[in-house]
Amino acid sequence: MKIIVCVKQVPDTAATMTVDNGAISWGDAPLIINPWDEFAVEAALNLAADQGGEVIALCLGKEGETEAIKHALAMGADSAVMVSDPALKGADNVAASKVLAAAIQKIGDAGMVLFGQQSVDTDTGLLPVQVARLLKWPSLTLVSKFESVNPGDGKIQVLRSMEEASQVVDSDLPAVVSVTKDYGEPRYPSFMGIRKASKAEFPIWSLADLGIDPPSSTIGWPEVSEPVQKDVVTEIIEGDTPEEKAKSLVEKLIAEKVL
Amino acid sequence: MTKKILAYIDHFHGKAQSSSWEALGLAAVIAKDLGGEAAALVLGEGVNALAESAFHYGADQVLLADNPVLKEFRPEPLADMIAQAAKEYQPDLILFPTTSRGRTLAGMAAVDLDTGVMVDVIALDWTGGEITATRPIYAGKLMAKLTCSTTPQIITLRTRAFDKPEPDTSRSGSITYLDVGVDTDAVATAISSLQEKGGGVSLSDASVIVSGGRGVALNPSLEPPGDLDEEAADIWKAEQGFALVQGLADVLGAAVGASRAAVDAKYIEYEHQVGQTGKVVSPDLYIACGVSGAIQHLAGMRSSKVIVAINKDPDAPIFNFARFGLVGDMHAILPPLTEALKEYLAG
Repeated sequence: MKIIVCVKQVPDTAATMTVDNGAISWGDAPLIINPWDEFAVEAALNLAADQGGEVIALCLGKEGETEAIKHALAMGADSAVMVSDPALKGADNVAASKVLAAAIQKIGDAGMVLFGQQSVDTDTGLLPVQVARLLKWPSLTLVSKFESVNPGDGKIQVLRSMEEASQVVDSDLPAVVSVTKDYGEPRYPSFMGIRKASKAEFPIWSLADLGIDPPSSTIGWPEVSEPVQKDVVTEIIEGDTPEEKAKSLVEKLIAEKVL
Repeated sequence: MTKKILAYIDHFHGKAQSSSWEALGLAAVIAKDLGGEAAALVLGEGVNALAESAFHYGADQVLLADNPVLKEFRPEPLADMIAQAAKEYQPDLILFPTTSRGRTLAGMAAVDLDTGVMVDVIALDWTGGEITATRPIYAGKLMAKLTCSTTPQIITLRTRAFDKPEPDTSRSGSITYLDVGVDTDAVATAISSLQEKGGGVSLSDASVIVSGGRGVALNPSLEPPGDLDEEAADIWKAEQGFALVQGLADVLGAAVGASRAAVDAKYIEYEHQVGQTGKVVSPDLYIACGVSGAIQHLAGMRSSKVIVAINKDPDAPIFNFARFGLVGDMHAILPPLTEALKEYLAG
């Protein structure tokens, strides 16, 4: 089975984010694979190992944004495709989904497309469901477990989590699956994997290569700003014993009207 | 000009997510302001009672589809119904709660209706009927203002960011029944079983959260059973620490949170994680116990109204964001704190 895993490059989660003249900056923080995507890559590698098959990492981004692809390759993905085009600057979710759906169709013959549950930059979590909708495939979101996978019969059973309960879902393949952190620890890239990834070559497809026009975006971002910092005056609760401190804190909380 | 506003009522087997009423409440406020109307969209099986509640929470009318094919959450038939309802009702704006289901369905509706979606919005401006939404990005490290140039505009609202209205049981209205053309056999997914989650307050809905970090495992006076290896002994100690966190949470009717460090060390399940790769929360009161305050954790909780930090290390970054700081061992402080609160709340 051919498994496509979509990955994205983001600033390190430890980065302090600022806005300079309207542009988002993460200073000199490193760029990394979106942490949620590592679970999707891990799942893809395990599925391919169990079922036989190949894992293709797919990344939409600006030219040179290759950290996510390199990490996926270093973890063990067989190959990668980058989609990059200057016309995609400012693309919103629906536009990005149309491009990814076209790339998935050009790669062709995928049994499953995996995503992380969302990206840590824009936090929308929309791409898995929108790509699925465009491809007219079932979307299986927030999956923590693959109960059974039968590419031969074109069937899959997964555990999907919701607020009140988890569902055991039977679905036809191909399907789009978003994988949660509950799936399990992603592997660290091996030394050999990192060496292989650093030398790997992969195609960079433009919109012309995909045979599509630049999709229009309807969502505008007129302004990005740093959040207004609340002026917090920290009051240290004093007391000679834990009991005294506890009592004093309760009094303060009552005065603050949060109980 | 925004005139017709449709709120999607997210529910599980007929029990609404409270954020659905926040969405409907906001729909009613905007409609009143702009001289329009608020409608609720209720999809499921045996959901007539939800329609009634929707009137109480401010709906002028309810669009309802009641059908076995819609009983369990399956995105495809539900999205088909949302697209159908939008075509019949022609809303200018559709509001969803940002629940797991709301997010999924809003994303699909944007594709079906050839428009865009603004996700996890925390503030909305509709002056003159022009919508500008504000949402956190990078887990709240930055704020973005968004607009959408097509209709219907679709927005998902962050839980607890907008007020839930007081229900007015004297209100009622007309229900429009939608035809359900979806055939069960044509749906590519089936739900073969459900695993209900244990009780406990969910993080997103909680008005009070008590959370634990690495410090939960650092009780110097605990001696783990001798037959445990180092990792198991560490986890055993952490379980005793989280029992104290849970005890305090129980007294306050609070949800239990955790730092990524505590989750990665396997002290507690991932669903409790607060922060950039966990849940972003904004309760009235957040009590951080043995949490140092890594930037990823702070991003997920610093919009809480009042933060209390309990930590042994007086230099822990969490104190910079706390309204009240308690320097000391959480294991010593939590038992008397829990007792004192219990006494106060018992009146």
